[in-house]
Amino acid sequence: MAAKKKQPVRAKRAGSSASGSIEQLLAAKEIVIHCGSGGVGKTTTAAAAAAMAAVHHGGKVLVVTVDPARRLANALGLEAFGNVESQVPPEAFAAAGVEPRGELWAAMLDTKESWDDLVRSHAPDAATRDAILANPLYKNITGRFVQSHDYIAMERLYEIHSSGRYDLIVVDTPPTRNAIDFLEAPERMADFFSSRLLRWLTVPARSRMLTMASKPFYSVADRILGSKFLEDIAEFFLLFQTMYDGFVERAEAVTRTLADKRTTFVVVSTLESAPVREAEFFVDALQERGLHLGAVILNRVLPSWFLEDGTRDAATVLCSDADRLAGELPDDLGEHDQVERVLHEVGESFLNFQVVAKREAEIRAELAAAPDVVAAVPYFDHDITDLAGLLQLGEKIWH
Amino acid sequence: MTELLDRRLLFVTGKGGVGKTTIAASLALLGAQQGKRTLVCEIDAKGNLADFFETGPTRFQERELSPGLWAMSMDTEESLKEYLRLQLKVPLVARIGPLARTFDFVANAAPGVKEILTVGKLLWEVREEHYDLVVVDAVASGHITGQLAAPQAIQQLVQVGMVRDQTDWMIEILADASRTGVVIVAAPEEMPVNETLELAGRLREETVVDLAAVVANRVLPELFGRGEEEIFDALNDRERSPALHEVLSAAVGGPVRELLDGAQLAVRMRRTRGVHLARLREELPEGTPLLYVPYLFQRSHGVRATRQVAAHLGEELGF
Repeated sequence: MAAKKKQPVRAKRAGSSASGSIEQLLAAKEIVIHCGSGGVGKTTTAAAAAAMAAVHHGGKVLVVTVDPARRLANALGLEAFGNVESQVPPEAFAAAGVEPRGELWAAMLDTKESWDDLVRSHAPDAATRDAILANPLYKNITGRFVQSHDYIAMERLYEIHSSGRYDLIVVDTPPTRNAIDFLEAPERMADFFSSRLLRWLTVPARSRMLTMASKPFYSVADRILGSKFLEDIAEFFLLFQTMYDGFVERAEAVTRTLADKRTTFVVVSTLESAPVREAEFFVDALQERGLHLGAVILNRVLPSWFLEDGTRDAATVLCSDADRLAGELPDDLGEHDQVERVLHEVGESFLNFQVVAKREAEIRAELAAAPDVVAAVPYFDHDITDLAGLLQLGEKIWH
Repeated sequence: MTELLDRRLLFVTGKGGVGKTTIAASLALLGAQQGKRTLVCEIDAKGNLADFFETGPTRFQERELSPGLWAMSMDTEESLKEYLRLQLKVPLVARIGPLARTFDFVANAAPGVKEILTVGKLLWEVREEHYDLVVVDAVASGHITGQLAAPQAIQQLVQVGMVRDQTDWMIEILADASRTGVVIVAAPEEMPVNETLELAGRLREETVVDLAAVVANRVLPELFGRGEEEIFDALNDRERSPALHEVLSAAVGGPVRELLDGAQLAVRMRRTRGVHLARLREELPEGTPLLYVPYLFQRSHGVRATRQVAAHLGEELGF
């Protein structure tokens, strides 16, 4: 495998509906966001796409991943992923027999650390910063706040992109309960900080009593949670509110980045019914929001020869006639009964997988309604343990 | 060890894509088949659970799907309403209006509130003994400890108030291994096995809930026994196979290359997965029951697949 000599083709209609290949897509965009249901291979396909871009297109390419397998870190030649970006050593490429045109960098998303960074950069003074970081509620909220993972992922992406350090950033999204959560995270974060409730929580206690009398809801909240707890929360948000302007402004900037024409989304799915349903849902969600769907990657697809009728007939013969067939084969192959069983198993295994392959083909036909680039990655019968494996997968999505 | 289905409350979790809902649905079906009044509850309101029984969508209000089997989907807002109705004993319908809009904010701002409304509703069903068995299609492994530890988190953060008052009995049921347990579903692949092992540790460190069992889902069949693998290898041997294929093709009356490739793929997949399965078996806390469910070569994942998985689980549990 060697890097291409010719200049990559730049897609001319950046921002318009994609057509062509993932190669063209990655050449035309600056941010590529891989999304989809959990367990479909977002991280691996993101790393593979980034590696391919670094090899063939050149420039500085960064892959940001949420929770990589240790093997993937090893595959990239990294000791471990950290919140800090680190370069995949040239030796890793050399071992794969490739001379990349550009550089491949990798980073992991550490939610807690990213939140701390955010507080540090937005806090008005050292005292407020320390008070927030030391607040017992802070950890709880940043760790458990439903949208906090989603938001911080998008925030970090914005931060890295606006630094201008990279030509291309490929991101793999956090496992969310709902695929579109992270799309709405920046907006919700802005809403949250400007919400009436937050303002209510942060007004001095005495005037709150007045408000409460007229608002049965708050009295219910008080009875459920207890006024002391509400006060604790209020104190925390009072501190947090000093960063209000910075946060809202930032959240809006993040939202703009997602909608920018230099950004594209890649929906990843396997051909199983639940992930595909989520993928379809996601495709619709992108369309509704006017965000750019660049490609759909179908991962772990069984080879198409499983679908052939001629082969199926041969498999059926193998199953029903294994005894006779074993007799036709040379004696030194093994005991007749064992050979018979092997032939029978081969036939049966094929028929089993054909059932799955047919199901996949049907699901794929349903998905065909989604236009744009569709790439199919075959079922790899081994784990990816090095850069060569990653690039091998990358080749399957590239053209 | 308490028999799995003798517990009253099972949280079924696992990494995304491993078949968590399949296993939850099948365990519930198996419970009902064993004559237990069973409730199965979907936490992520994606509406997938209904597909596994091929019934209409599930709602917060439980619905009997088949004799002895009820289903519901969690809705924290509905749970709060029910809780208020039961606890405040006031008809709140009129006052709950603004709740809907602002509830999300309170629940988000106050850590653990959404979680406790979820877990609380399920624990309530157990405490009141409305069912013999409650099976929860819970959140994925990344979020489950937050949910299970919510009552403790609330206890630490909240000093007074109604929510705090409820935490004692909740923790008591959660910590009772004869009543409550977690079932982790793993596919024999690298990341699902990693997450399973990691979660087994975190359950012990961060929650009071017992790990009841691990289900290894989609285990591929072993194609060849002793001696047979060598025969298969000979059939694929570069030197020897062309001649063998010719004989075989003529006898079969069709192509055999793809057949052997297909079997080769199956053998390699099984081998790769076998390594992860072995790791799972070795590194799980000692004494954790490990149940195997085979890969189903199925056209779809409807109620038929649910029944088959239930049958396999039943066999594993010795029914």
